[in-house]
This record gives sequence, C-alpha cells and structure tokens, in this order.
Amino acid sequence: MMRRLILLCWLAGVPLLAAASLPDGSWLGRVPPREHEKVNPYRGRPDAVAAGRRIYQDHCKKCHGEDAEGTGKRPPLRSDVVQKLASDGDLHWLLVNGYMKKGMPSWSKLPDPQLWQLITYLKSLP
Amino acid sequence: MQLSCNKAKGSYAAWYSGLSGGIALLGAMLVLLVTGVIPLAAQERPYFVTYSHEMEEPGNLEIASYNVVGQPRGSNLFLGSNLEFEYGVKAWWTSEFYLDGQSTQNDSTIFTGYRWENRFRPLLSEHFLNPVLYVEYENISADKGLREVVGHDGAADFAEANAIARRGVEREMELKLILGSNFRGWNVSENFVAEKSLAANPWEFGYAWAVSRPLALAAKAQACSLCLEKFQAGFEMYGGLGDRFGFGLHDTSHYAGPTLNWTAPNETTFSFSPQFGLNDYSIPHLYRFAVSWEIEQFLGRFRRGGK
Repeated sequence: MMRRLILLCWLAGVPLLAAASLPDGSWLGRVPPREHEKVNPYRGRPDAVAAGRRIYQDHCKKCHGEDAEGTGKRPPLRSDVVQKLASDGDLHWLLVNGYMKKGMPSWSKLPDPQLWQLITYLKSLP
Repeated sequence: MQLSCNKAKGSYAAWYSGLSGGIALLGAMLVLLVTGVIPLAAQERPYFVTYSHEMEEPGNLEIASYNVVGQPRGSNLFLGSNLEFEYGVKAWWTSEFYLDGQSTQNDSTIFTGYRWENRFRPLLSEHFLNPVLYVEYENISADKGLREVVGHDGAADFAEANAIARRGVEREMELKLILGSNFRGWNVSENFVAEKSLAANPWEFGYAWAVSRPLALAAKAQACSLCLEKFQAGFEMYGGLGDRFGFGLHDTSHYAGPTLNWTAPNETTFSFSPQFGLNDYSIPHLYRFAVSWEIEQFLGRFRRGGK
C-alpha cells in the first residue's frame, strides 16, 4: 500500500516538477504556500475580464504580445504553466515580485485590485 | 530711466522667448503623442524630487520634461527645466541622462549642464521595505532645476546673476539610498542624499520623502480618460541636512506640498505640484509641472522587424 502511494506521488510529482522548472515556469517553485492559496476576489467576473484586458494592453502586451502569444524570449501567457499549473495566487506573487533575473519587472506599482483583474483576464484566455 | 525700462523689456522678451521655445517643443511632442506617432505606456508616481523604488521597465525609454517656477524674495522669477531620458537597462538597473537649463526674468536663458545617474535594486523581489542604490555624476553651473536640495542650499543661491553663477562649474557625485514600500495602493518613498563636490567642498546631505495613492484602486471595464484610477495624488517634502561640518537643520531650506498627476489618453502623464518653502531660508513658493512619455521597447524598434 505504502509503495503504491509513493509511486503515485512520484508519478504525479515528476511532471509537476518538470513543468515548474521550464524556463518560464521555474518561478513556481519559489511561491510560498500562503501566496499560492490566495483567492482572487474578481474570479469569473466579466467586468474584471474587460478591465484586466485594458491593463494587459497598457502594460503587458509590449513584451508578451497582442494576444499573449509571447514575443522573442518573452514567454506566452497562454501556456500550460500560466493556464493550468499556476494558481491565481501564484500569478499574483509573480506580478508583485517579478522575476528580475529573467527580465520580468515587479508590478507592485499596480494596486492589488488591478493585479487581480489582470489575472482574471489572463485566466480567461482560451 | 527709459534706457533701463527698455533693457528690462528686452530681458523680459528674451526670457519670454526662451520660455515660449520650451513650450513650442512641448507642444510639438504633444502633437506627436496625440497623433499616435509615439506609442506610450506609463504609471508614474507624482513625485518631483523623491525617487520611489520602482524601476523603469527593461527596454523602455521614458522622456520627461520637469519644470519648476519660483521667485526668491527680492529676486527675479525663474524657470528651471530638466529634460530626462530614462532607460530600463535591466529589471533591476535603470539609467538616466538629464540635460538641464534655466531661464531667469530680466537676465538670460542658459544651458546649465548635464547629469548621468544609475539606480540599482539589490534585492530582486518585493519586500516590505525595498532599497535602491543611486549613483549620479553631475556637471552643472547656475542650476535652478531644484531636483534635489542638499547641504545649505537656499533662496540666496538663486539671486545671483546668471553670468556670475555660471562661472562656478560644479562637478559632483551624488549618492542616494532610496527606500520604498507599496501597501494597499499606497506608495511611501524615502530618500537619503549625500553629495560630494569633486573639488574641495565637504559632503552635503539632504532628504526627501513622499507618499501617494491612485484615487481608485480597481480599473474600470470601459476605456475612460478622466476616471479616478488615472489620477494619483500625494504629498512630497524635501530639504537639506547641512554638511559634514554642520549636520542638522540650521541654515537649511525645506519644501513641502501636495502633488497630483493624470495619465492621459495615449498614456502620457502630466504632473503638477504647488510647493511651499517652510522657512525664511527657502524660496516662498514653487510651482512644479512635468510631462512624461514612455516609448516601449525602444531599442527593439531599430531591429529588423521591430514595430
């Protein structure tokens, strides 16, 4: 029974770790659990999607592309890392702290509600 | 009497001509912005002297015009201007180059020098208090831009005629410790300034602090020009702290005032602040205004396929 449990954990854990260590996903391993579990107060709200789209156009599209498809070395935001692996809290942590070694600046200058609106938009992308 | 009156009129005309030249330049840049020739994005703090810990986004070039109008007691009205070019080299490193000038009523309009500064963010993630290290070299004379106040800088420095004041060229290194925090939409920034002339003058010290907040924290779903999230209001205070041989508030000038900025359509930012001298050593009133534009991914535009 114990062996099966270890095998199950290993099978589930390896893809997660592999994805998290991808060039654009390595930051996931640095998110504190408390941040990971943060709840997006705007989740699912259509007005937040529209507002988040405006924020994206103002601040993000220059690097991540008009449709979040990525440009040059800047990663796409329609990837599995952003859409499936990262929770809303993970994305909030990334936006606040940035990933300066890789060129992603901190967006702590945007107020929290705008960061959550932006995340709501990103998570709404097909 | 007639001669002196004509001379005064001539000086005023020269001053006005210099001023209108600056306004024409601003106007030309505004036309470019409104017609969309320069695409922009900005989210600037409404500070004129204080630096926040927020860095320029990597690859972006910000062009800004900072201006201050003031009149020391018994002296001529002046307009001090800085044209700033700020480039985000890395997410943790911002470099800025300034061209400075000033125009004094009944005197002349002159170029006063240049500054080159670099800001480094040693901690690569956000904390409650975020330090930034600032190093600047400046080569200026007769400067009236008031981008910092240190040592025993005071109103009397602004009374000297330009022809005399510009004889003394100041080559200085300036160091700043910038501390900044963002909390629930508020930004609080504190700067500690130490300046050393490369000639024999002693170290001089100063401070600046400011606080600001957008008038609304959440963004509106519809595009809007005058919605509250486009405005930031705050308060700024700065002054000198004497020098190595006389550290403290004695014979130092201090200023404080409310600040406001508006991010206009096309993401151009206009800032304004009336500021008040807090003692007799200071200029009684200063009126500051600035316009800034940000060119996204500046160098990328020169690469093949760059937009």
